[in-house]
Amino acid sequence: MQGRDVVAARPGSCLPHEAEIVHRVQESSTIFSLYLRFTDPTVHAGFRYRPGQFTMLYVHGAGEVPISIVSDPEHEDLLVHTVNRVGRVTRALAALRSGDRLGVRGPFGHGWPLRQAEGQDVVIVSGGLGCAPAVCVINHLVRRRERFGRLTIVQKVRTVDEFIWPERYERWAALPDTTVLVASTRGAQDWRWQVSGRIAVLDDVRVPSARTVAFLCGPAGFMAAAARKLIDLGVPAHGVYLSTERNMQCGRGVCGHCQFGSLFLCQEGPIFPYPRLARLLDTEGF
Amino acid sequence: MDERWFLGRDDLAVLVAVLRREHRVLAPQVRSGAIVLAELADVADLPWGVHDVTAPGRYRLEETDPHDRDDPDDVPAGRRAFDHAVGPQGLKPLTFAPREALWRSRRSSGGRLAFEAVVEPAPRTAVLGARACDLAALQLLDQHFSHREQPDPAFARRRRSLFLVAVDCARPAATCFCASTGDGPVAAFGYDLALAELDDGYVVRARSEAGSAVLDALRVRTATDAEVRRAERQGAAAAAAQHRRLPGGAVAGALLDRLDSPRWAAIAERCLSCGNCTAVCPTCFCHAEGDETLLDDPTCVEHCRQWDTCFAAGHSYLHGWVVRGDTRLRYRQWLTHKLDTWFEQFGRSGCVGCGRCLTWCPAGIDLLAELELLLDPSPQVEGEVERAGT
Repeated sequence: MQGRDVVAARPGSCLPHEAEIVHRVQESSTIFSLYLRFTDPTVHAGFRYRPGQFTMLYVHGAGEVPISIVSDPEHEDLLVHTVNRVGRVTRALAALRSGDRLGVRGPFGHGWPLRQAEGQDVVIVSGGLGCAPAVCVINHLVRRRERFGRLTIVQKVRTVDEFIWPERYERWAALPDTTVLVASTRGAQDWRWQVSGRIAVLDDVRVPSARTVAFLCGPAGFMAAAARKLIDLGVPAHGVYLSTERNMQCGRGVCGHCQFGSLFLCQEGPIFPYPRLARLLDTEGF
Repeated sequence: MDERWFLGRDDLAVLVAVLRREHRVLAPQVRSGAIVLAELADVADLPWGVHDVTAPGRYRLEETDPHDRDDPDDVPAGRRAFDHAVGPQGLKPLTFAPREALWRSRRSSGGRLAFEAVVEPAPRTAVLGARACDLAALQLLDQHFSHREQPDPAFARRRRSLFLVAVDCARPAATCFCASTGDGPVAAFGYDLALAELDDGYVVRARSEAGSAVLDALRVRTATDAEVRRAERQGAAAAAAQHRRLPGGAVAGALLDRLDSPRWAAIAERCLSCGNCTAVCPTCFCHAEGDETLLDDPTCVEHCRQWDTCFAAGHSYLHGWVVRGDTRLRYRQWLTHKLDTWFEQFGRSGCVGCGRCLTWCPAGIDLLAELELLLDPSPQVEGEVERAGT
């Protein structure tokens, strides 16, 4: 088109940066992890993020999709995203192999309030594929175990196939002062964890003190029920944090797709304390 | 009081000539049966003696009878140029482009990707005939796109290129209700120059340095007290002539309390979910991002954004499902956002009273009538529904 200028990327601009897939792991039939390195070493060294933030991953010609970062910014060199293949862009992402290039824009949003959680008991609850961002925060806590109190890890799936990282949960279960609770709605022959529906597994969570924070991710209905249950168990409402999801397109709070009531989830979240979401949480159409 | 000047009717062409020294000049003109902002070649092309007759789902242009004035002191001296209300679009497309490229992705033969920002041209643009409601809407878009840590660069560039000449509305359309939202019909802010159109000329006020500079280049004299009074009476009469009202602060917080109202389903029976209301709304800001391969360069993909609507299924798509799967939920999202959660986001409602969503609704849904029913605490609401719907 006439009169347009095309300018190269500047730091801090809204442009994606090119990254290379260093390593790709197929986690289940539809879930895969991409281990990324920015091709510009300066960009790679300068990319700062916190657990709970997300990026927009871009596949040339297919478009962008918001995906949460699951790597540990202080302990891992590569930027890791775990993706479920469900739509057009994630199908294109699934087709990429080691050595392929993609674009990364971000990071966006705010992370989990990990500093605030220090010295407190922590309960992490994830439902279904919500476990990817949960694993990120669990790794963070486990690596800095001495800074936190009791650790309770809860993972709820509908079918045993959705439980994709059993060895990690086994490992965490062996840690001191750590409880791991896993439940599936439908069991299987060699399933050694609970078989229970909805949020029944939360009945086994112990909250001995109000100095407890809870981090939740998963479907909205699941999180809403789990949040209410944890508050009943004694976790202060303002200490229950939920990781929200919407079809974020800009990441900057302008495109409007992530609005939830008055909140722009991408920019103000995606993690919120329960009271900020409570009114509309799990309301049809929001 | 601010100083008021008087620009003779024949000197309107001089104003346009002065504006044209540094800007392209957009002004209302008749195109395909509607008054739209288009590049002005000659002041003769303004919609002299034409006004718009509107109703929910209806927009027509009619010749104006010059003797048909509310103000008995005003001497009818012929047809006016700005005797209409608002056309389908105001200032929104000039700052928030309906479609624009943001960046490009170029793939080399080795599979490497290079990203380049696309900077669309933003020619200096003067608008002659901006309306008070649209200036209020522009202020809201400013809040959304510019008043943030990282201002939206494309919006900001276009915004800076604008020189705005407001013209106070003298003849509101039947769908106008800006007086009740506090946004019109007289422009109070957001303009460089503002005109009140009388039969023999224009009472002019300046609000910016750029506006004063243009004024200096014009043959204006100080307006007489009588002229100022005529202009003020005309503005007051235009407010009084509006029969529709948006309930004021009563809306804030009230719609979220009525999510379960049966009214939403009743509206959805008539709503086509077409998105006309959001396209013509001067404050709707939702846009979708997507990719387009360039036909002349298959290695290059443009990442674009274009206006989106909360009435489309894709707006609430979330990994494999749609959060708002039917029209009831989409209309409810639009209205609760515009008139309720908007208060929390921007400190006021998202409605500036332009009435476009009524006029351009193909089903003729009257937002205000629906709102009245939604907010009506009486149990007889259901009986009223049928009347409003027919």
